[in-house]
Amino acid sequence: MNNSDMSQSKLTLGPVMFNWNPDVWRDFYFRIADEACVDTVCIGEVVCAKRDPFFTPLIPEIIERLQRAGKEVVLSTLALIMSKRDLTSVREITAMEDILVEANDVSAVSLLKDRPHIIGPFANVYNEGTLEFLRRNGAVRVCLPVEMSLQSITSLTANQHDTEFEVFAYGRLPLAISARCYHARSHGLSKDSCQYVCDKDVDGMDVDTLDGDPFLVVNGLQTLSYSCCNFIHDLGALSAAGISRFRLSPQSWDMVAVAQCFRDVLDGKTESEQAEHILDDLSDGLTSSNGYLYGKEGMAFAAPWAE
Amino acid sequence: MISETPETHKKLELVCPAGTPASLRAAIDNGADVVYLGFRDETNARNFPGLNFSREELAQGLDYAHQRGAEIYIAINTYPQAGNPDPWHAAIDDAATYGADAVILADMGLLDYAARKHPDLNRHLSVQASASNPQAINFYVETFGVRRVVLPRVLSVIEITALNKQISVQTEVFAFGGLCVMAEGRCALSSYVTGQSPNMNGVCSPAGHVHYEDQGDQLVSKLGTVTINAFAPEEKAGYPTLCKGRFKARGTVSYLFEEPTSLNVVAMLPELVNAGVTALKIEGRQRGRAYIAQVVSQFRKAVDAQADGTTLPDMNLTSITEGQQNTVGAYDKTWR
Repeated sequence: MNNSDMSQSKLTLGPVMFNWNPDVWRDFYFRIADEACVDTVCIGEVVCAKRDPFFTPLIPEIIERLQRAGKEVVLSTLALIMSKRDLTSVREITAMEDILVEANDVSAVSLLKDRPHIIGPFANVYNEGTLEFLRRNGAVRVCLPVEMSLQSITSLTANQHDTEFEVFAYGRLPLAISARCYHARSHGLSKDSCQYVCDKDVDGMDVDTLDGDPFLVVNGLQTLSYSCCNFIHDLGALSAAGISRFRLSPQSWDMVAVAQCFRDVLDGKTESEQAEHILDDLSDGLTSSNGYLYGKEGMAFAAPWAE
Repeated sequence: MISETPETHKKLELVCPAGTPASLRAAIDNGADVVYLGFRDETNARNFPGLNFSREELAQGLDYAHQRGAEIYIAINTYPQAGNPDPWHAAIDDAATYGADAVILADMGLLDYAARKHPDLNRHLSVQASASNPQAINFYVETFGVRRVVLPRVLSVIEITALNKQISVQTEVFAFGGLCVMAEGRCALSSYVTGQSPNMNGVCSPAGHVHYEDQGDQLVSKLGTVTINAFAPEEKAGYPTLCKGRFKARGTVSYLFEEPTSLNVVAMLPELVNAGVTALKIEGRQRGRAYIAQVVSQFRKAVDAQADGTTLPDMNLTSITEGQQNTVGAYDKTWR
């Protein structure tokens, strides 16, 4: 695939998954609206409904600001729906009209039936049978599960001209979600009395192995990779495999600059090697990973030129 | 269920695992109402070497079960690979042809396939689909005609009670054995370290990636290149299942996600009956025949005692449970 084709690719900013200070969170989206070269911005709590009250009141203003800046706005739903509160959150979001919603579980899929919607990375779309079913249900865009290999992506997207495909291309990988809050547990608290301790770690709480090697991070109910998924070298291969959108997942460092790196590589203005250096500086040298794409362990960083 | 008032002495159905024909016979001989099993390939979530059933073994197992009034469910509960649906479709087709009593499915595409191709084949929703609320469950029921839902191990008994009042389908809950602390079917921890996961390959923390390093003063267990645990000489070394490892967070070493415990809900059978649960599931298709026989016979006694309203037997299963610890897991809300 040549660069002119890649220049048609779009960038999506995923939802902030961490429990940021609400003012910081609002200002982050305002800056994205004003400065970031992303085409689409997802917003909404995907990890824990207990955080909703802090952010929900800010959402209308943020949506307006993003839309006036020409961004497509997508509302993302919770990944795990257990309680009445969780379900209420999903029902309220899916009841909103005139806005695209991203379903991150099957209850949202059911509530969005017969209406154009997006399938988020927390839903399990591994194959063409499920894809075809969801397309009939109204899905127009799918962000694929983080585990999928380039080979599987290529098979899945073949001859699927009615669906837009997106991959999780940058940021700590969301690997698991639980009923149990590990953030609270690490502070000797339970989920119900959590004191919102997840707000102490803006990029997640480090989880090291006994050898002291950084391994995972915990974000409340969610477990993510310590490494930063980075597909900057893989944009050409993914474009050739039918991917037309790349998701950048918000971290506390400069996401406007991260988006610019991806845009410049897609537009052929920067080589991926140079972009990798810039991205490394932005994340303060955080380990990169892209192993899933190559059918390896997700934590591996496989340089495509070594393939 | 909506139409039924829970009866305190209703008898729970006992659904038991089998990874081999010998285990299948052991389960049925010891009182299993149902045995669930998988085919010998990537279509099921216990895709381990030397485990699971050929088509011929299934046919023999079905005969053995049906002659004794028991049933066979077939777990086809991984997510088909893109471009390679045939093994999964063949598994469903053969389950129907051989006369299985139900198939246990997780993938929406497979549920759709089974509902269209084999409308008379009972469809159960696997725990791997992680359907944890009435909105999702009713969708599976209305869209794919699912007859039973295996509930994710994330719900408390209070939530299960409320859930059963809002759905019109049977529920099955895990009663004994390994405990996933993450929502099932939504966990990529194993593949992050090994490249292989429950969803894609039917394995978690696969044995081929496990090794132990004797460092003299301690025995270190690793999954791939990642240290999962370390044991002093007097400690019993456990299998390095990723989420049951010891890690360091906030300067403290702990079993951050979960201790190496085993789920055991035998003390909660009355509550589960009152919660409207239809069936109990015992985990462990990878376990040996002796284990299956022991656990099934104990649960048979407990389920019968519960239904008869007599005292639940004092079960001594500690010797066969992981790490000698038991938990009721998420069924007790304080677990969170």
